[in-house]
Amino acid sequence: MGWLWESLNSSIGKKIVMAVTGIFLIIFLIVHLIGNITLFFGPDAFNGYVSTLDVVKPLIRVIEVVLLAVFIFHIFNGLRLWLENKKTQGGKFFGKYRVNASSENSSFSSRTMIISGSIVFIFLVLHLGTFFWRFNVHDPQGYADTHQYFFIVSELFGIWWYSALYVIAVLLLGFHLNHGFQSAFQTFGWNNKKYFPLIQKFGTVYAIIMALGFASMPVYFFFFYGGNL
Amino acid sequence: MGNNNINLTLNIWRQESAEAKGDFEKFKVSVSPDASILEMLDELNNKLEKEGKIPIAFESDCREGICGTCGLVVNGHPHGALPKIATCQLHMRNFKDGETLYIEPFRATAFKIIKDLIVDRSGFDEIQQAGGYISFNTGSAPDANAVPIPKEIASLALDAAECIGCGACVAACKNSSAMLFVAAKVSQFALLPQGQPERYERVQAMIAKMDELGFGSCSNTYACEAECPKGISVKNIARMNRDYIVSKVTKETV
Amino acid sequence: MIKLDPKIPAGHISEKWTNHKFNMKLVNPANKRKFDVIVVGTGLAGAGAAATLGELGYKVKAFTYHDSSRRAHSIGAQGGINAAKNYQNDGDSIYRLFYDTIKGGDFRSREANTYRLAEVSNNIIDQCVAQGVPFAREYGGTLANRSFGGAQVSRTFYARGETGQQLLLGAYSSLNRQIKLGNVQMFHRREMLDVVLVDGVAKGITVRNLLTGEIESYGAQAVILATGGYSNVYFLSTSAMLCNATAVWRAHKRGALFANPCFTQIHPTCLPVHGEGQSKLVLMSESLRNDGRIWVPKKAGDNRPPNEIPEDERDYYLERRYPSFGNLAPRDVSSRSAKYVCDEGRGVNGGKAVYLDFADAIKRLGEQTVKEKYGNLFDMYQNIMDENPYKVPMKIYPAPHYTMGGLWVDYNLMSNVPGLFVAGEANYSDHGANRLGASALMQGLADGYFIIPYTIGNYFGSEKPAKPDVNSHEFKESKDEVLENVNKLLSINGKQTVDEIHKKLGHLLIDKVGMSRDEPGLKQVIKDITELRDEFWQDVKVVGKGEDLNQNLERAGRVADFLELGELMAVDALNRDESCGAHFRVGHETKDGEAIRNDEEFAYVAAWEFEKVGKWNLHKENLEFEFVELATRSYK
Repeated sequence: MGWLWESLNSSIGKKIVMAVTGIFLIIFLIVHLIGNITLFFGPDAFNGYVSTLDVVKPLIRVIEVVLLAVFIFHIFNGLRLWLENKKTQGGKFFGKYRVNASSENSSFSSRTMIISGSIVFIFLVLHLGTFFWRFNVHDPQGYADTHQYFFIVSELFGIWWYSALYVIAVLLLGFHLNHGFQSAFQTFGWNNKKYFPLIQKFGTVYAIIMALGFASMPVYFFFFYGGNL
Repeated sequence: MGNNNINLTLNIWRQESAEAKGDFEKFKVSVSPDASILEMLDELNNKLEKEGKIPIAFESDCREGICGTCGLVVNGHPHGALPKIATCQLHMRNFKDGETLYIEPFRATAFKIIKDLIVDRSGFDEIQQAGGYISFNTGSAPDANAVPIPKEIASLALDAAECIGCGACVAACKNSSAMLFVAAKVSQFALLPQGQPERYERVQAMIAKMDELGFGSCSNTYACEAECPKGISVKNIARMNRDYIVSKVTKETV
Repeated sequence: MIKLDPKIPAGHISEKWTNHKFNMKLVNPANKRKFDVIVVGTGLAGAGAAATLGELGYKVKAFTYHDSSRRAHSIGAQGGINAAKNYQNDGDSIYRLFYDTIKGGDFRSREANTYRLAEVSNNIIDQCVAQGVPFAREYGGTLANRSFGGAQVSRTFYARGETGQQLLLGAYSSLNRQIKLGNVQMFHRREMLDVVLVDGVAKGITVRNLLTGEIESYGAQAVILATGGYSNVYFLSTSAMLCNATAVWRAHKRGALFANPCFTQIHPTCLPVHGEGQSKLVLMSESLRNDGRIWVPKKAGDNRPPNEIPEDERDYYLERRYPSFGNLAPRDVSSRSAKYVCDEGRGVNGGKAVYLDFADAIKRLGEQTVKEKYGNLFDMYQNIMDENPYKVPMKIYPAPHYTMGGLWVDYNLMSNVPGLFVAGEANYSDHGANRLGASALMQGLADGYFIIPYTIGNYFGSEKPAKPDVNSHEFKESKDEVLENVNKLLSINGKQTVDEIHKKLGHLLIDKVGMSRDEPGLKQVIKDITELRDEFWQDVKVVGKGEDLNQNLERAGRVADFLELGELMAVDALNRDESCGAHFRVGHETKDGEAIRNDEEFAYVAAWEFEKVGKWNLHKENLEFEFVELATRSYK
């Protein structure tokens, strides 16, 4: 299997790891968003949805492990690429252009993947530490034990800074996805004159839906459901 | 000297050798709008030589945008801000009177600065030597019309083959990646029937060499395509990626 | 005493090369690796030769002053490459290509060489296609052709306006393969400054490492110079900035004869000069003349914008004077005609430019077709001239482009110095007094791929030259002389820059040894160049050090050689008291201004032997025409 190790560690191989894991996460986000939409239909809908997931717990656990692995690969590989690529730029003394015109030759989202990715990662830790922890491991309020997941959500989104951070993070996620989506196709070599413009547009629409979709929840809970408006 | 000359402030990177510390040196010049930026530097150098000062070292040769020898970063853009031209084709009429220019060398670890604005691009040759050819000996070629090649394929191959090997793609890339350069050659041969026998060995060998030489990987920002003096498309990179994946996954011998 | 033996093989012209190949001595494959060959210059001829010799098994050392062999100025050739494939079924043949070439050269080239060039032209196209050169194709997938000046058949293969680039990159790829296989050792950023002779035989070279300034010696059993032409002697030319004559000139000073230095081609379709600060002239491919119509106003002083000058007040002077070739008249004829009309004051705004008009072509073919054929040239024009050639006619003027003269070589492409071979534009070539369009690429590749690899084997097989010792006194002396020259240039510390003096030389030459030459002018210019040369050695200022990357010093060395070569060009032009091809001597023309040759007295190659600076001895190689009839060129 030396060839596989070697392939995955080549410049293109590392990109393929990013793309494959990225596509997996892109699909995960769709599923995640669809599930979460039940929040808008009230406590019963959402609690019912989460409880249903509980029924297939073993399967969910397997998926979670895979998901974790994918996340780790994606993040580890992304950081590694970033660190390696930093070294290619000529060092701190020779490497920096006095005038940087990159805004005129490339898109904002493509240049800021490491930044948007890092902030999304910080958010992810917080997200898991709150929602995931309370849903699955330990909920000090005890809502989870009685399947009242909806209240956990409304409680957390009632905290202004939590909601604000959530919104910022998912907007950055949108930028990340906007580049990541079409970038994955380019990495796989699916850049074709006929389809690629469509893929790029589709990616942008997808990124907007994800960003707005996930952002709508804290906004809804903080302003409308929570009655802070 | 016409009276329609424009006055510019130039900040030009000076560096005596690869190891020496470099910095910008400021010059004030008055230049004809019809002159190219390299002719402006010629004139400045002529003045410096007259004063007994060391002229600015920069490379150029054909001055028609085809040899790939020249390459300056002008205000952050390799070959200047105009699309699809080499530095030698950048005319001063594109600048406004009173403007300040920053003229820098291509910066990348794999392109060591030799002196002032001259960088070492020998890595490009090494990549080509790794596999950028079709193996056959002089005299053994069949008749040129023996294998028909669709017009569209020949044209796509030429689009890729137009690469002048200047290094602007590396200079523009935030990762100093040589993907566009490598892809141009890989793609040219991948498209043509003559390139098929070594198609998959070639892509692997060239990528391996590129990685070994310290060029970065591709982040798909497409800055390379935007700055390429020949407008080489990133579709070539996609084609190369495809060939690389196919070669790794499906070919037993490479 | 030098004896000029062209070594033309016996037999009918169509059999000479075949017979010669059969009669040549061969080197056993196992013995080939015992022979070292030095190739200087890695353009089409040099890279082609180095790669092919490597394939054969010789040990090759290739040198270029560039950072990469892909930069050689062969890359600048735009229009195409000729071959007698007759794919268009329009009556082309090897004989016709040969005849067109020898006639285009105004019967001043060696018949046997020119025939061989036409003969191998077809192999070149096969070779390049196999290398993956993406030539233009028809919809059916076969190769496309276009027409070029001086021919009535369509035999030019092309890759948009970048044929030279594609062919060079093809040769470069073959060279790279040999470098990887270890058969060719590549030396970049080395400028050849001397040929080393041991007992009168070429055994190596002395080069300056352009990065460190170190003077280095390399030995081999044969040396091939493929270092290009010397158009840059004029300062402004279509040659690249670095093109120079130093390698051939230093070889000349070591005994190699310089042939026909006055045969310099002034290319008709270049962009006009815009100012004193200009560094070079840009060529627009001659292929533009396929569809563009050249004209000037009928009346001098007609300064209206071109689109406002009505049809009947325009003079399409090439179509008028040469109805059968029209705008595709050979380069020398077209250039001279442009000069005449501009001298009459009928140039664009009375200056030095004529119109090249595509309005009719656009009307006939549509803008899209014109764009497909010439798009990149039109873009280039717009970028440089800031005018849209689809709307306003292009402005063009002739500019120094190619030099038919060069080191004298025999049929084997070996100079009179044993072991010193010369290929491509650097040799006194197969083009006589004028080269036809799309023939330079053909000759470079013919020499490199298909001729020298054979003839060098014959040299090794028959002479069995010994390996030289680079520590011998010959190499050491050469090194010392080179170093002395470098130090001399650095020590003058005068007031004029190298470019200033080079520009002066350029003005003198273009004026007096340009498109038309006359006796008083030539005599005067010889005097002027001699003075300018003295001025150079007393008053030039070269800054920096020798032990460093020093571009000022590099240019100074080249200009020093140009100052000697420029004089020889004038001496040769003065000697050749006839008009032929690109060499136009006032007083030898018909009423219409057509060149009149003097075959009685001048049907020879003038090969000059260097005695000392400013002093040469003439040797003549008489040209015998057995298979073509000496005719007056007519393109009417």
